[in-house]
Amino acid sequence: MPTIKKYDAIVIGGGHNGLTAAAYLARAGKEVLVLERRYVLGGAAVTEEVFPGFKFSVCSYVVSLLKANIIRELMLPKFGLELLPLESTFTPLENDYLIRTADPDETYREMYRHSPRDAETYTRFGPLMGQIGMAVRPILETIPPNAIRPSFPDLSAMKKLLNHFKTLSDEQFEYLTKLMTMSSADFLDEWFEFEPLKATMAASGIIGTFMGPRSPGSAYVMLHHYMGDIDGSFRAWGFQRGGTGAVSMAIARSAEHFGAKIMTEAPVEKVIVKNGRAVGVALENGDEYKADKVISGLDPKLSFLKMVDETDLPNDFVTDIKNFRIRGSSGKVNLALDVLPEFTCLPGIGPHLRGAISISPDFDYIEKAYDDAKYGNFSEAPYIDIIIPSVLDPEMAPPGKHVMSCFVQYAPYNIKGGWNDQKREDFGDAVINALARYAPNIKEIILHRQVLTPADIESTFGMTEGNIFHGELTLQQLFALRPAVKWANYKTPITNYYQCGSGTHPGGGITGSPGEMAAKKILKDW
Amino acid sequence: MSYKNQFMAHTQLILSPFFERTTKLNESQEWRRWSGYLAATNYELTHENEYFAIRTKAALLDITPLYKYIILGADAQQFLDRLVTRNIGICKVGQVMYTPWCDEDGKQIDDGTVQRLANDKFRITSAEPNLEWIEQNAAGMNLTITDDSKTTAALALQGPNSRAILNSIASDSLDSLKFFWMMNTQFHDISVTISRTGYTGDLGYEIWMDPKDALSVWDLLMDKGKSYGITPTGLQALDMARIEAGLILLDVDYISARHAIIEPRKSSPYELGLGWAVKMKKKDFIGKKALKAELLRGPKWNLVGIEIEWEGLENLYRDAGLAPGLPSTAWRTSTPLYHGDEQVGYATSGCWSPILKRYIALAHVKSEFSQLGSKLKFELKVEHFRKLTPAKVVNTPFFDPERKRSCPQ
Repeated sequence: MPTIKKYDAIVIGGGHNGLTAAAYLARAGKEVLVLERRYVLGGAAVTEEVFPGFKFSVCSYVVSLLKANIIRELMLPKFGLELLPLESTFTPLENDYLIRTADPDETYREMYRHSPRDAETYTRFGPLMGQIGMAVRPILETIPPNAIRPSFPDLSAMKKLLNHFKTLSDEQFEYLTKLMTMSSADFLDEWFEFEPLKATMAASGIIGTFMGPRSPGSAYVMLHHYMGDIDGSFRAWGFQRGGTGAVSMAIARSAEHFGAKIMTEAPVEKVIVKNGRAVGVALENGDEYKADKVISGLDPKLSFLKMVDETDLPNDFVTDIKNFRIRGSSGKVNLALDVLPEFTCLPGIGPHLRGAISISPDFDYIEKAYDDAKYGNFSEAPYIDIIIPSVLDPEMAPPGKHVMSCFVQYAPYNIKGGWNDQKREDFGDAVINALARYAPNIKEIILHRQVLTPADIESTFGMTEGNIFHGELTLQQLFALRPAVKWANYKTPITNYYQCGSGTHPGGGITGSPGEMAAKKILKDW
Repeated sequence: MSYKNQFMAHTQLILSPFFERTTKLNESQEWRRWSGYLAATNYELTHENEYFAIRTKAALLDITPLYKYIILGADAQQFLDRLVTRNIGICKVGQVMYTPWCDEDGKQIDDGTVQRLANDKFRITSAEPNLEWIEQNAAGMNLTITDDSKTTAALALQGPNSRAILNSIASDSLDSLKFFWMMNTQFHDISVTISRTGYTGDLGYEIWMDPKDALSVWDLLMDKGKSYGITPTGLQALDMARIEAGLILLDVDYISARHAIIEPRKSSPYELGLGWAVKMKKKDFIGKKALKAELLRGPKWNLVGIEIEWEGLENLYRDAGLAPGLPSTAWRTSTPLYHGDEQVGYATSGCWSPILKRYIALAHVKSEFSQLGSKLKFELKVEHFRKLTPAKVVNTPFFDPERKRSCPQ
């Protein structure tokens, strides 16, 4: 068994968080090795040419939460980060539609058509959510304390947070409390009356989560999606030129620029633990690499139930990780199109195809979709979040052709009878049928289709149950509880073994934040 | 939903030969004046899509309002070599040169491109009318000067897909056309000249044509460009792109020496960061003596790129309980720059660069404070109160993609 050399740190998994952690460690002068199982970097933030000439952000498809300081500190624009704005949100309906665009007058007029009251409320809602986002930001930027036995740094961090909370306005406090506890449907009912608007907004409260819009706690997930900003404006979503894989590649190039070494097709079998300390990793091919620190970018189930032996971990921790909720709830359908889809309610090619297209006509529609999943079926009429990247970046498809990304919910991991090829195709058909209700030409214009069930996402990208957030963003598994109490500060019960994936604070999405904060914690401990 | 504008106003502004198309596409109906023409500010309600078209797709801009002059005759080369600061003697037929020109005191009058159309024929473009200045200086020389401003229409096609679009239309391939070179070709039966030039700092071309062909050329480009994301683009997006490219604009970043009413308003090419374009080794040219003297003593000012640093800006806004306020479009307000308590310069145009994720500006800075990395303070109003926030001198072009100069393999 050849031992090659000893690194300062080894990162398991070349997803965007693992790469971010590697980049920060390398930037601090550490010798870092990143080991990625697949042939391509990015984890779930990956671009692949699935069909000749057609490139897809196979899994994760939009960017908004990527932290501005990471973009600067890792010099990502220099290494290829180019975020194009998604300007609109379009909700097609049977005989009508709702569209919100970048122009406030246009949006006001459009909303007024449906509800004069909502049109006005909407202008207050955005800034309020921005304020709430600002209120929450310091939590996101704090290394979670050990809530049971806080250290001195933990106490001072908690004190800082308390002081911050004292500065919040009554309004910020009130809505923050509501958002932490309510369902997105109840929360939005307090504000708006037009169902398609509410349903479309509530949809961001269910993404990646096994909950319906009427499930308490979904309002927080909605807030999580509000906390992103692009260029200082909150709630701005962007598309990365070249797909989300180009975000990962930019981080990877930055990491390499700082001296990190990155290996693909290098699947890690086990973390080597000696006397309660991580000392390196063993690859599936038998190669071993030694390191002072081993950092897992994998989800908590893989990091603790697969990469190490349970016997190396305390019992209560193993129980916590086993109970960690990571239910797969979504699938992805990627379509190669001959021409653009034609929506019955808003025919022609226009700005409505340049943003997000949301199949979310009302609460009942989404809640029913959830009902199907609750009892072990995929949704017959699913919620779909669509973007057409080739409209923003023509290089994603051959000239004149298009690619369409459909994020679909719900598709439970634990489907009745298990996922198989037939079920996958049935699920794909359900999605196409749901689309065809609004864009009937869709069936004729599909050149190729790729259907990813949660089981496919798990087997391809390694994420347990295909959960896109490495664990649901529900209150009992956030901040100091993510992924387990006492071990939310990126450390683990095994000395020199750290975690930096979305299963750590502040959670999922292309934020880079878990990777950044883990690296900063590791450097502090070094 | 869209409304049809059924009303037509009489206007004293000139309508470009592309106006019949551009007016129908201009959903915002926002227009600026450009050299007496109506020019689209942005076609859509916001400029974002147009800005990103320049950087990721292909942007189509009507640049007809540029002033253009044809210099023809045996003395044309000799004359232009005397008029401008670049060495026109080495400008080959089919080559284009960007150049400033100055008055006898070495103060800059204008800047533009010189195209060598034939051995004895040149086209020079300018931001302001220069006919009188050109004629005055050509006295007694064997050449003719023609105002080509209205006899040639022009479009800029800028962005990574611009070459693919032109290749799908032109009878000749553009693959080997190098940066700052031009070629004659056909769009079906229409003769056009295409120069690989532009004002965006990206891969891009400018297409020069007879105004009678304007609409056909526009239609061809829009039709063939559809698959490549061609996007009619206005001046707001262009302004951001040209700042990212570090390209100055007359009457915004400097004032023509011919129109500056007081001496301090004038700038030399050295003071405008265009020292590279002043060729001291060539024979006499207008302003040479003064510029030589200035070169010896060193210019007092320097036009540089500055970056307004994020942390300071963010902190100022955070103190006011706000998310960082960034300009969504380019600004053109002279903004003071300090070193300690002393004002040592002023920024003349700036923007938040969405592609670089940096807040950038072009600024006049006293030479002793203008070296790379020099730390300055930028005046910023946060909630109506003047604040100072750290800025530093950085390299220009801020944005300089490899595709700007490269040719396909």
